[in-house]
Amino acid sequence: MLSLQPPPGAAPLLVLAIGNPSRGDDALGPLAAQRLVELALPGVEVLTDFQLQVEHALDLLGRIRVVFIDAAASGGAPFELRPLAPAADARHSSHSLSPAAVLEAYRRLTGSEPPPSRLLAIRGHDFELGAPLSSAAAANLDAALAALMPALQVAVAPGHEQPPPA
Amino acid sequence: MLPPWGDSPQGEGSTMSFELETAANAEHLRRVAIDPLSRVEGHGKVTLLLDEDDHVAQVRLHIVEFRGFEKFIQGRPYWEVPVMVQRLCGICPVSHHLAAAKAMDMIVGARLTPTAEKVRRLMHYGQILQSHALHFFHLASPDLLFGFDSEVARRNVVGVAAEQPELAKKGVLLRKYGQEVIRVTAGKRVHGTGAIPGGVNKALTVEEREYLQEDIYRVVGWSREAVEIARRLHESNRRLYDGFGTFRSSMLSIVAPDGALDLYDGQLRARDADGRILVDRGDCSRYWELIVEEVKPWSYMKFPFLRSLGPQEGWYKVGPLARVQNCDRIDTPLADAARRAFVDFGAGRPVHSPLAYHWTRMIEMLAAAEQIKDLLHDDDLLGTDLVTQGARAERGVGVIEAPRGTLIHHYRVDEHDQVTRANLIVSTTHNNQAMNEAIRQVARTYLDGRKLTEALLNHIEVAIRAFDPCLSCATHALGQMPLAVELVDGGGATIDRLVKATEATRC
Repeated sequence: MLSLQPPPGAAPLLVLAIGNPSRGDDALGPLAAQRLVELALPGVEVLTDFQLQVEHALDLLGRIRVVFIDAAASGGAPFELRPLAPAADARHSSHSLSPAAVLEAYRRLTGSEPPPSRLLAIRGHDFELGAPLSSAAAANLDAALAALMPALQVAVAPGHEQPPPA
Repeated sequence: MLPPWGDSPQGEGSTMSFELETAANAEHLRRVAIDPLSRVEGHGKVTLLLDEDDHVAQVRLHIVEFRGFEKFIQGRPYWEVPVMVQRLCGICPVSHHLAAAKAMDMIVGARLTPTAEKVRRLMHYGQILQSHALHFFHLASPDLLFGFDSEVARRNVVGVAAEQPELAKKGVLLRKYGQEVIRVTAGKRVHGTGAIPGGVNKALTVEEREYLQEDIYRVVGWSREAVEIARRLHESNRRLYDGFGTFRSSMLSIVAPDGALDLYDGQLRARDADGRILVDRGDCSRYWELIVEEVKPWSYMKFPFLRSLGPQEGWYKVGPLARVQNCDRIDTPLADAARRAFVDFGAGRPVHSPLAYHWTRMIEMLAAAEQIKDLLHDDDLLGTDLVTQGARAERGVGVIEAPRGTLIHHYRVDEHDQVTRANLIVSTTHNNQAMNEAIRQVARTYLDGRKLTEALLNHIEVAIRAFDPCLSCATHALGQMPLAVELVDGGGATIDRLVKATEATRC
């Protein structure tokens, strides 16, 4: 466990969905994760957590591709899907790391480039504790997952089933 | 005496004032807000009022304490609560999970089986290990290793990984180990259901125990190294470490009935600033007889104090610095040796410097690692007797030493099994006055009469980070946390404003 080697049998594609299911539209990430788990996509592992921390860099080991999913309090609706590059957080907050900072932590910890990664930022509107998912966010979630599906299928194309050697 | 909501749901006590808490003629002063604090878990803001010569006239730490809990939890069946409360905080969900489970043990009249208590303790020590590792290796170490004045780009997790790759790697792997302990005991990485009213819903399998045993000796070894790093940092610049933000106060924690360090269960003990015991064997289930929460008009967060001493004298520190000095010993040999070295450093007097939190935090991390090692060699972890029940009660109180300090959960449950009242006092609330005192000390020493720079403002944040405040704020959506510093004149007009946009805020 205490090494930077990829775990045996790591799925080639990781979906890392972030959010608090009890905070209104912050549940977008966990709800997306739940839907993807139910689809049981081959070659895809789905993880969820409240927020990103430095150790999530270890979950990237052995993957050929990574998708981060998170609710966005601002920005384009219904969602934005865009590539991510490693970058240190300007805000330097431990409240959570940004997805780009997790990639940067991976680079610094392992000395190698992180797997190609994308961020699916789904627009949310209401983040109150105990609030249900807003109807606008629910529609955004449907649209975002529909757009994501091709990317998840590419990951298991022939020749890509296994992670590259460590 | 009635519980807190019996006579005054908003707390009680008079509004006492401390030096630099409230300035006279505030309307003529300039206001500087640091909002939010970087690398502090949650939403905090510091405001400084400066006169025309840049002398500091008022310093306040404002924390937006979580306010919606009671509404969130009311009407829920009691057995859901230990799972639900994990969603209050993305940083220490296990502490809330266990505090709520302990409160619900009282509701169902349970006396835990050895298996249930040991599985819960294992989970708790896993949480202490991973939380303390994150704080020391990734939140505090940039300040400690690079200096308080270092450029912002170095003062973050990635900065440490770039310059101290081995240190950063050990920090990440220690955290990973703690999280694996939580996963095994709670059933899942997050949203676990391990602790339930009256016990646990799973014990360990032989395979799970062997999996955790495999690396525990390295975890103990790395924790020992971390204590040494913290000790050397403190000793190498003793003048700075002893004096930075230092103030005298009482200290509060739970300890075992025999006075040993116990982070999972025990009785309340408080010492005064000279180390004399003020309160001992305090009954956690009637904490309100010892602790009062004061409300101040300028802060959403309450200010607790010891009832016997009153608001002006009775405030206190909680967390590692209080715990390591409040106990009489630690029941594991390496951590106890480290504790004795720390006590010797104080030469018979309590250490009050906020930066000593880092050293004591690492002593506790070592204690947690040793306790995990001992538990992993205890066959009770593999037991099958998981849950007990007894006479039903209406009131349940669970008190635990969370990574950042004493955490109190208090519930009332009606005859329909529904929660009708809830009261939480989190570690950060206990430390509210202490953190305010620390930043006032720092402001007096470093900021008074000088032009403000980002490096000077970071001194304020260094003092707050030492306490490792954590708030019930597990929301984090992209774009919610820009860093803003505002300079406002006496009339309230914003003179200057700096906002650090991030990758995330442009989503």
